[in-house]
Amino acid sequence: MDFWRVPLDIDAIQVPRGIVTIFEDRCKGCGYCITFCPRHVLNLASRFNVKGYHPPEVIRADDCVNCRFCEIICPEFAIYSTEASPDSPASVPCSCDTIKET
Amino acid sequence: MADHLKKAGNKQVHPLDDMVRRDRMPHIWCPGCGIGTVFSACLTAIKSSGIDLDKVVMVSGIGCSGRAAGYTNLDSFHTTHGRAIPFATGVKLANPELKVIVFSGDGDLFAIGGNHFIHAARRNIDITVVCVNNLNYGMTGGQAAATTPEGSLTTTTPLGNPERPFNLPLLAYAAGAAYVARWTMLHIQDLTESIKEAMVKPGFAFIEALSPCPVNYGRRNKEKPLDTLTMYRDKTIIKNGASPLELDVDSRKSIILGKFVDIQKPTFFELYEKIYRPAE
Repeated sequence: MDFWRVPLDIDAIQVPRGIVTIFEDRCKGCGYCITFCPRHVLNLASRFNVKGYHPPEVIRADDCVNCRFCEIICPEFAIYSTEASPDSPASVPCSCDTIKET
Repeated sequence: MADHLKKAGNKQVHPLDDMVRRDRMPHIWCPGCGIGTVFSACLTAIKSSGIDLDKVVMVSGIGCSGRAAGYTNLDSFHTTHGRAIPFATGVKLANPELKVIVFSGDGDLFAIGGNHFIHAARRNIDITVVCVNNLNYGMTGGQAAATTPEGSLTTTTPLGNPERPFNLPLLAYAAGAAYVARWTMLHIQDLTESIKEAMVKPGFAFIEALSPCPVNYGRRNKEKPLDTLTMYRDKTIIKNGASPLELDVDSRKSIILGKFVDIQKPTFFELYEKIYRPAE
């Protein structure tokens, strides 16, 4: 995260990390989650889902802070995030699930 | 992993999947439509308010947002056009233990159902009304509605709407609502908090949620859904307690959001009990 000045308690503050789960086939491609993600975690995928829309895909999984904005803005109940366990080392990328329902 | 991440077999479940009838999904709302977001805010509010879900009833009328009653897993009723509030009034008076939430659109609540709205507000019936305002009649093809801003292009006003729209919070305030708020579908956390607050508060509560209608209103007014949301972000002012007189929706000025009215007054049921069933 970019700070204008380094906060004094930056070592004490633990930034939460999130795991984004996308139900790809529920997506109608409105792009709200992509545009309004504060950390730009998501991007429009080039592939199509079963409905013929481009779903979002996670491109910067490590930047997710589990704000859950993608979850609450999604009109399709197609994306949600959960908190990753804080003890997982930052160097290990968070896994992100893409689920296909038939 | 968080508690709500339930595993049904080997399948992952969205946190709101238990509130939604998955067999009816995908819903009919167009890509970019805000009704789904307002609906999910409503479900989140109901879920987090801690109210027993068996005691919550959702009533909706006709229109795109009227479909919400059929999509929720709560007890719900999809009523005739404009009559969501009379049904909700009946449900509430027959069983005052229930929390009744009316989820409907601007056309249903304020055009054909306008009279029911003002009289329910006047009587202070203890229901919560969530109005998804998409500024036109979306389901029938984008005709000018009672809430279409002056000058907007619609199917029936191809050169611009000559009418002035309703100022919904002012109407609710003037008719006697106990709680009046307005948010957009982008201000989801505020909207969710507002619905939650309104549900636990006794009295008639009205919450207007502005929402894009990309296929009808947006297309004719050269607004992509993302443009509408950017407008909601950049050209709205949050002003809690603002005078309802200044809340008209006009494309030439900023839209004012916030909680405008929050007062305590006896509900219809309380007054009825006091007069007709006085304690011995």
